[in-house]
Amino acid sequence: MARTLSFKDAVNEAIDQEMTRDPTVIMMGEDIVGGTGSPGEADAWGGVLGVTKGLYAKHGDRLMDTPLSESAYIGAAIGAATCGLRPIAELMFLDFLGVCFDQMYNQAAKFRYMFGGKAETPVTIRAMVGGGFRAAAQHSQMLTPIITHVPGLKVVCPSNAYDAKGLLIQSIRDNDPVIFCEHKNLYAHEVDVPEESYAIPFGEANIAREGTDATIVAYGLMVHRATEAAENLAKDGIDCEVIDLRTLSPIDMDTVYESVESTGRLICVDEANPRCSIASDVTASVTQEIFSSLKAAPQLVTAPHTPVPFSPVLEDLYIPSAEQVADAVRKTMAT
Amino acid sequence: MSKNPFPLSKDDLLIAYRMMKTIREFEERLHVDFGRGEIPGFVHLYAGEEASAVGIMMHLNDQDQIASNHRGHGHCIAKGVDVKEMMAEIYGKVSGSCRGKGGSMHIADLSKGMMGANGILGAGSPLACGAGLAAQKLGHNGIGMSFTGDGASNQGTFLESLNLAAVWNLPVIFVVENNGYAESTSVDWAVAVDSYVDRAAGFGLPGVTVDGTEFFAVYEAAGELIKRAREGGGPSLLECKMIRFFGHFEGDAQTYKAEGENEYNRKHHDCLKIFRAHVTKAGVLSDEELDAIDTQVLALIDAAVEEAISAPLPTADDLTTDVYVSY
Repeated sequence: MARTLSFKDAVNEAIDQEMTRDPTVIMMGEDIVGGTGSPGEADAWGGVLGVTKGLYAKHGDRLMDTPLSESAYIGAAIGAATCGLRPIAELMFLDFLGVCFDQMYNQAAKFRYMFGGKAETPVTIRAMVGGGFRAAAQHSQMLTPIITHVPGLKVVCPSNAYDAKGLLIQSIRDNDPVIFCEHKNLYAHEVDVPEESYAIPFGEANIAREGTDATIVAYGLMVHRATEAAENLAKDGIDCEVIDLRTLSPIDMDTVYESVESTGRLICVDEANPRCSIASDVTASVTQEIFSSLKAAPQLVTAPHTPVPFSPVLEDLYIPSAEQVADAVRKTMAT
Repeated sequence: MSKNPFPLSKDDLLIAYRMMKTIREFEERLHVDFGRGEIPGFVHLYAGEEASAVGIMMHLNDQDQIASNHRGHGHCIAKGVDVKEMMAEIYGKVSGSCRGKGGSMHIADLSKGMMGANGILGAGSPLACGAGLAAQKLGHNGIGMSFTGDGASNQGTFLESLNLAAVWNLPVIFVVENNGYAESTSVDWAVAVDSYVDRAAGFGLPGVTVDGTEFFAVYEAAGELIKRAREGGGPSLLECKMIRFFGHFEGDAQTYKAEGENEYNRKHHDCLKIFRAHVTKAGVLSDEELDAIDTQVLALIDAAVEEAISAPLPTADDLTTDVYVSY
C-alpha cells in the first residue's frame, strides 16, 4: 500500500527492511546510532540528521557507531564485505571523500578486476551530497563526477523518496560496491511510497516528464529544477522531456539517445562543477553517438568552476536554477 | 633421533621449512629473472623475512584472513596460494592467480584467506579490521591479520585501525614487519618511538617484539596473540624485527645500506640457516631430510617458471571483463 513518505524516511525504511530480510546486513558510521558510550540516551541521534533513527531499537548491535576515522571504518566495511557480510557504511558527507577515498577507489573498486574476478565486495556507502544548506564549501559539494569516473564503483543519486527506497534496496542487494548519494535538500520531500519492499534496477533512467521539443537530462535535486523549468516553458508552448538518470554508473544512455533522437535538442543539468562533469559526459556521448540527430548545440547548465560559497545570496547563485535551465532550453530552441 | 623440544611436531617442522624454503627460492629466482628483463613491472622481494610469514601462518586456517602489502609473495605462499599460479601471475599470464590482471602487488586468494597483496601502504589494516568484524558478526572463530612494514606503520590508516580494532574489540592482529628500512629511509629516523610496543600501548593494545629471524620466537609469540584474539581477548600488535636481503624493489642499488651489510646478514642472520641449525642440533630433523626438501623446492620453482613462460597470455577480451559482478 502506498502512502506519502519523505526521502529521509524512505531511506530509513529501505535499511530497516533489508536488515530484517538479511542477517548479514550491518550498518556502521559516525553517530548513526548516536550517543554510544555517552551518559545520556543510548540511541540519541540516529544519524546527524536522524535518517537512521529507530533502527538501533530494532536491530541492536548490527548498527555500530564508529570513531571519527573514515579511512578505518569505510575500509573495515569494505574488508567485511569481502568476508561474508553485506555492510552499509555511512560517510556522513560525500565531501569527506578525500579522507577515505583510497579505500573506495583503490581497494573496493579494484578488487574484482585486480584479483581476476575472484572477489565480490557487496558494500553500500551512503553519503549526503549537494548544496542549499548554507553549509559552505566542505559540506555542500556534488562530487558525483569524481566517483563516477572510477571503474568498479556504482553510483546512485535519486531524486525522490520512491526511487530512494527502491534504489537503496537494490544497492544493498547488489554484489558490487555502490556509492549511494542522498541530496540533503531532498530529505523532507515527500511522494507516494509503497510499504512493501521493492528494488529498482540500476541503469534505468526515469522519464520524469514527457515532451517533444527538447530533452533535459538531470539527476538528484536538479530533476526538480528541470521539471520546474519545463512547466514554466510549457506556458510558452515549449514542451520539454525531463530525464532523471537515477544512476550515474551504470548510466542509461539509451533512454537519453531515444529522447534526443525525437526532440533534437539536449540540455544537461548538473549541480556539480562544470569540468569533467556528468553533464559534460552525457553531452560528449550524445555528440559522438547521435550527432546527426541534433538540431542545435547541446547546452550545459552546471555550478560555476568555484567552491560552494557560504553566504546564502551567493549559494543561491551557485546552484543551477530553473531560470537558468529555461534560458538554456530557449537557446537551443532559437536555432 | 632425540625427543622433540619444539612446539611443533616433526611433520609440522618439515612443512614450515618447506614453506620458508619455497618463499626463499621463489624470491631468489625472481631476482635473477627480473635482472634478465623477463618480468614486467616491478617486484618487491621477501627473501630474508621468511620466518615471520611462516611462523605466523602456521597458526592460521583458510577462515583466517590476512591483508598483505607490496612485499606480499611470502605472505601468499605461507597462506597457501598456489605457487605456480603466483609465478604465472607475475609473468602476466592468463593462468595466473589473478588472470594476469593483478601482478606481483595484487596477488589474492580469498578462498585461502589471502585478501590481497596491496600497492597502497597501510591500506590493508582497515581491511583486516573488516575481516575481524565479519568473523565477530558471523560468529566464527576466524581472525583478521594486517601485515605492514615499519614504514607503513606511520600511515593514518594503520593508526586509525589500531584504535578502531581496540574500540570494537576485534579479533585482529597487526603485524609490523620491521626490516629497518621504509624503502630507503631508516626506521630509526622515521619512527619517533623506540618500540612498536610503545606505539601499541598508546592505543590501548598489548604488543610484543620478537626477533623475526628466529622462527620459533615468531611462532610462539604469534600463537599466544592469535589464541587471545580467538578467545575474544581482542586486538594486539606483533613486531617482527627482521632482515631484507634485497632492496626495496628489484633494481634498487641499495647505496643507503652500510657496506657489506647484505653479505653480513646473509651469513649471520639468515632465518633459514638459523632454523636448520636449531632442528638439526636438536636431532629432530636431519640435514638429509632438509636437503631433500631443498631439491624438491628447486624443482617446483623451475617447473613454475617453465609453466609460466609457456602459459598463454591474456587476450583483448580479458581487458574489459570482471570490472563488476554485473553492470
